[in-house]
Amino acid sequence: MNFELNEDHIMMRKMVRDFAEEEVAAGSAERDEKEEFPLDLWNKCAELGLAGITFPEEYGGVGADYLSYAITIEELSRVDASLGVIISAHSSLCANPIYMFGTEEQKQKYLVPLATGEKMGAFGLTEPMAGSDASGTRTTAVRDGDEFVINGTKIFITNGYYADTYVITAQMDKSKGNRGITAFIVEKGTPGFSFGKKEKKMGIRSSATYELVFENCRIPAENMLGEEGRGFKVAMQTLDYGRIGIASQALGIAQGAYEEAMKYAKERVQFGKTLAEMDVIQFKLADMATQIEAARLLVYQACHYATHKKPVSKYAAMAKVFASETANAVATQAVQILGGYGYTREYPVERMMRDAKITEIYEGTSEIQRIVIAANILREQ
Amino acid sequence: MNIVVCLKQTFDTEAKIVIDGSGNIDSTGVDQIINPYDEFAIEEALQLKEKFGGEVTVVSMGPEKAEAAIRTALAMGCDKGVLITDPGLENPDEWVTAEVLSKAIAQIPYDIILVGRIAVDFGASQVGVRLADLLDIPSVSSILKLEIDGDKATVTREIDGGTELIELSLPAVLTAQKGLNTPRYPSMMGIMKAKKKEVKVLNLADLGLNASDLQPKMTVQKFSLPTPRTAGKKIEGEPAEVAAELAKLLREEAKVI
Repeated sequence: MNFELNEDHIMMRKMVRDFAEEEVAAGSAERDEKEEFPLDLWNKCAELGLAGITFPEEYGGVGADYLSYAITIEELSRVDASLGVIISAHSSLCANPIYMFGTEEQKQKYLVPLATGEKMGAFGLTEPMAGSDASGTRTTAVRDGDEFVINGTKIFITNGYYADTYVITAQMDKSKGNRGITAFIVEKGTPGFSFGKKEKKMGIRSSATYELVFENCRIPAENMLGEEGRGFKVAMQTLDYGRIGIASQALGIAQGAYEEAMKYAKERVQFGKTLAEMDVIQFKLADMATQIEAARLLVYQACHYATHKKPVSKYAAMAKVFASETANAVATQAVQILGGYGYTREYPVERMMRDAKITEIYEGTSEIQRIVIAANILREQ
Repeated sequence: MNIVVCLKQTFDTEAKIVIDGSGNIDSTGVDQIINPYDEFAIEEALQLKEKFGGEVTVVSMGPEKAEAAIRTALAMGCDKGVLITDPGLENPDEWVTAEVLSKAIAQIPYDIILVGRIAVDFGASQVGVRLADLLDIPSVSSILKLEIDGDKATVTREIDGGTELIELSLPAVLTAQKGLNTPRYPSMMGIMKAKKKEVKVLNLADLGLNASDLQPKMTVQKFSLPTPRTAGKKIEGEPAEVAAELAKLLREEAKVI
């Protein structure tokens, strides 16, 4: 077992960190304030190969491992959690299910441009009546000759409106519950597919979160992703891997908030000494650093299983629940260390604390993660 | 076009410099990077390659770990690397470095040699010029712009208070100044490809040299750190008194007015 990164991963971390610090960090606060989607940064990420890290070269990807992916999302999220989730949702929730379940034709047509970053991807699972419980899916797909007709509404869709390619789920046979759900690929611009309201969010405000509206939207039959009635499995397996991205995003938020708190603690003088010289602050920093290292090890462990195509569900859920709770604890303490200043938008920890919260909610709430972990460990014993 | 770039692995510019018990600079735990001025040279080389085709070879002299800097240059798009590393090269001066690099470069076909204007660690700015002298080719330092037409180069270089436009024949050594270009980031694809590219590791014997002939002509006697900044002084009292006291201190203690 080796706890040190190899030369490639060190180089990747440095590259993404340099890019994040030089090109991303300066505009994070303003994009958050204005809820401005960073299309130019998306394009730069695509040029650097960050849109298709884990996919093989023959499908337009980089052919790197999951650790490379986690490091990338962590480093982007360290300065801008919105950009982190844009890349994560694109890669893990849209390109990855097409890679895992797509036919060769679907991979050539959809995965290649997604992996190169020429196209952006999104994933539509959540609905008003189907949050944690996918069996509440009301969007329907009906076969009509060599087409499917889709009707329904998806909500809270990351990268909505900006994405070109959407992997969505729809119910084909309500009587079968989850086994009636099927996954499809829908292109932006298909007649009958439009965008509803844009959410006004607490955090990750420069990422776009939209409603997807399908009204007699006709898609070719060959756009069914995976087998009929296996859409629930497609979604769950997609989320297993997706959680590695969100865990990495949470880790990046925690790392960023911790560094801000450390910097401030070394500079701020009260009662004749710096905060960093006070036990009460040192203990906070020690706990923050320890939680972050533990979260990082869980994320890296999940990456190991994902890269080696071993069962990842339990490890990804553990990494996600621990890293997201760490992000919230660390960002909250960072605000506390900065005191009144930390509560203002003069300092980035205020944004980081708002950004942290969503990591406990999307791609499975912390409660769902614990259900996934429990199901796995009970089965193992 | 065959392009050679010389690079040096240096301390990260944000690294805290510590002198150890024996008076040497302690590199423990310090991140090592490509000398930032050498990055301008790499970028210029890659742009020339994109325009004229050919091959970019990166040459570095240094410890074994300097291979990481060469790999980064390969990830940015350079084609091949040469690392000269030898126990006899532990504390080289600029003469030694230029002697060794010139021997290594003489084995490589080159139309142009690009190096950084200065290394941010010891800051001697000597190696590029010495190299040109040893190879018996022209050199221009601190270039801000480069244009090539056949075997002729037109360069703009920085001089005090302005710029100078120079025409010269190739091959030549040109040293890159900040402002020449904006170095690219290595891409993820580039990083993956870099490990498959060739890095030739040579020692002095491979170059027909031996350490005894390469005794540095200069040796560093002592390193010292800048005097640490002392704590500030706070003057308290009524505004008029404070101002008078400040003026007095600025004149008598700081001696600035």
